[in-house]
Amino acid sequence: MKTDIILSGVGGQGILTIAFVLDNAALSRGLHFKQAEVHGMSQRGGAVYSYLRIADRPIWSDLVPEGQGDMILSVEPLEVQRYLHYLSREGVVISNTAPHKNIPDYPEEAAVLSALLDLPRCVLVDAAAIAAAGRQPKAQNMAMVGAATPFLPFDLADYEPFVRRLFEAKGEALVQGNLAVLRMGWNVGRTVQQLLTQGVPTRQVNSFLLRVTPETVDPDRANEVAVALHGPGAEAFLQEAGGKMPLDAALARCR
Amino acid sequence: MGDREVWLGDEAVAMAAVHAGISGVYGYPGTPSTEIFEAVEAVALREGIHAHWSANEKVAYEEALGMSFAGRRSIVTMKHVGLNVAADAFMNSAVTGVHGGLVLTVADDPGMHSSQNEQDSRYYAHFALVPCLEPADQQQAYEMTREALDLSEAVGLPVVLRLVTRLAHSRASVLPGPRVPQKPLDVWRDPMTFTLLPQNARIQYRRLTEKQADLLHRSETSRWNVLSDGPRHDRGFLVNGIAWNYLMEAFGGECPHPVLRIGQYPVPVDLMRSLVERVEEVVVVEEGYPFLEERLRGIVGIPGKAIRGKLDGTLPRTGELNPTIVAASLGLPVAQGLRPTLGEVPGRPPTLCPGCSHTDSFLEVREAMKPYGDLRVFSDIGCYTLGFYSPLNAIHSCVDMGASISMAAGAAHAGARPVVAAIGDSTFAHSGITPLLTAIRQNVDFTVVILDNGTVAMTGTQKTLATGEDLDRIVLGLGLDPDHLKVIEPHKMRAEEQVAIIRREIEYPGTSVIIARRACVQALRRGVV
Ligand SMILES: Cc1ncc(C[n+]2csc(CCOP(=O)(O)OP(=O)(O)O)c2C)c(N)n1
Ligand code: SF4
Repeated sequence: MKTDIILSGVGGQGILTIAFVLDNAALSRGLHFKQAEVHGMSQRGGAVYSYLRIADRPIWSDLVPEGQGDMILSVEPLEVQRYLHYLSREGVVISNTAPHKNIPDYPEEAAVLSALLDLPRCVLVDAAAIAAAGRQPKAQNMAMVGAATPFLPFDLADYEPFVRRLFEAKGEALVQGNLAVLRMGWNVGRTVQQLLTQGVPTRQVNSFLLRVTPETVDPDRANEVAVALHGPGAEAFLQEAGGKMPLDAALARCR
Repeated sequence: MGDREVWLGDEAVAMAAVHAGISGVYGYPGTPSTEIFEAVEAVALREGIHAHWSANEKVAYEEALGMSFAGRRSIVTMKHVGLNVAADAFMNSAVTGVHGGLVLTVADDPGMHSSQNEQDSRYYAHFALVPCLEPADQQQAYEMTREALDLSEAVGLPVVLRLVTRLAHSRASVLPGPRVPQKPLDVWRDPMTFTLLPQNARIQYRRLTEKQADLLHRSETSRWNVLSDGPRHDRGFLVNGIAWNYLMEAFGGECPHPVLRIGQYPVPVDLMRSLVERVEEVVVVEEGYPFLEERLRGIVGIPGKAIRGKLDGTLPRTGELNPTIVAASLGLPVAQGLRPTLGEVPGRPPTLCPGCSHTDSFLEVREAMKPYGDLRVFSDIGCYTLGFYSPLNAIHSCVDMGASISMAAGAAHAGARPVVAAIGDSTFAHSGITPLLTAIRQNVDFTVVILDNGTVAMTGTQKTLATGEDLDRIVLGLGLDPDHLKVIEPHKMRAEEQVAIIRREIEYPGTSVIIARRACVQALRRGVV
């Protein structure tokens, strides 16, 4: 077993926190891991990345070889494009949908997201909406970790001790809030994973789920989504630009 | 013996030093070495370890040498170019030798992630005739640091621990060892050893050369220098430090050829010979300069043997290695990844933070220099070097710490006018004071702008040694005419008046200093200013 991850984002977005959570999960599972990060010059609002390799056997290189990555986990959607050459053909992209526009020539937002939906395997995560649903607006990175977890050799329970250690001092509500955000992220990741396995195209799965309020996403109902996506209203529903609604309402719109 | 810990390579070095009983950590910040100092600093109070940033690497090294003189252990941390600054102390400390263990932990930056060059510190160890250890992973970083302190005392010499960015800034789990207490004070008594008058230095230098046979023997038998065999002898590999990781990665953990893995220097000659005898061709895979390769090849090469590496283009001469480059250079299969799905992916270079005082300072300096046409600002190293990029395009040089003032003076000597130097407060404390003193004594016709943001921002907002009124007094103490020291708080709201002040000082035909003082927003956010 090995999972090679490229974490990406923009300096200041906290990708090292994500890495640290995953490192500790690997440690608690007794797995081998190496995580190379960038400090210094590249941190001032520039593109940043980190390599995280997890395996059940010794890992040689701290850097992921090109074409062998299993996951790109990105807190910024444009940044994914910079690292695709690391991803193997079976690899998955987990990306936040929110753009970080600190450059003058940032491409059109819709084009950035659409390009990700052209990938064979991609999970788009509206991390801000998930964090807001858990009333933890600062916990967007936890939403990303949650969404990535179904594709990692971890359970949500692996993070709990660490989340507790991080937030305990600030009160139990914060601990529970972060765990809830992790869970909602996981629900999104797991639902997408099941649908992709069933052969539903990336574009359809993600377009549908981005229209569903995070607290109602339920992986146990992935089959219902698969069926609904064949419904007569599905195409129109996925085309329209609109707000989020509960899962039941979204399913009804497709049927 | 503790539990496994998740540590950066830098942190592994730091904790090893703490566990090995150091009494002091010395250094000046510099990526990728900074976290070594900071990890010791975090426990220094509890452990009773002296931990204060020094003004520069030379000062840091000499302080450590003093601690060694007093019989106690210490480490000195710096980035590779920091060793250029500390080189005088370092080279001479090899001649004096040490008493308490002294380890120089120096972090090289192949690929120049955040540096001006990618010099290889192994040459310095070789030059000074002292041992060098080079870890390949975080566990080795921990163990070697402890061994280096022991070795330093055993041979009576400073020992270099060479790190590279990818190890310094990579995390893995490390199993720490048992702790040993700090050493008691035991001040060196022999008046001769550390007094390098020629008469004494000749004796000491001879002693240094006499130690070389022992150092070589230690390398030949070191557990860090390992020659492994393999079924195929058409080729063999000579690798250092983390290059070994990339080689293993390329072969999936099982290399069918003999491999000599180097982690301790001086270069083990017999081991190198054994490798060469066994194979038809040696491929040298090195992270850094072709140091081993040059030594193996010599000037005339080895008759009947092919030696390949960075010098013949088998591997790239510049930049850092990675598993893909190593595999491709060896003709091993390289996987193809996905292609971008978006047509144009714009770059995202680092920039000055929104609200950074340097931006306002540069805008004002630019405006003040406008009447003189072509703008030339000699600058230095720090966040403000990002003023090079558009839209500021405000600086025209960045060479080594302190060079802004000295280069500006040289240009002024040559008749250039107007000449402006821009330097950060920490860079000024590091290496700006002596060139300014030199200039003031000659009343050089130029203007020095000191960008005082109250912190060492570039490397993570460490404490700066010369800021606020202390800085003003230092400048005046150098003999500057007080009429030509102007302190401003750079701000768009007051730009007009401040541009006028800067312009007046540029016009003044002598040395003037503008201190542009406003706190770094990151330092404010972290509450460190
Ligand atoms: C000899 C040497 N030591 C250390 C460094 C690393 N380094 C680059 S800039 C800098 C600090 C700059 O601080 P300051 O001058 O106050 O500028 P700021 O970043 O705060 O704008 C350091 C430590 C270096 N490049 N060269
Ligand atoms: S860290 Fe401070 S000095 Fe550096 S760019 Fe940001 S505000 Fe400016």
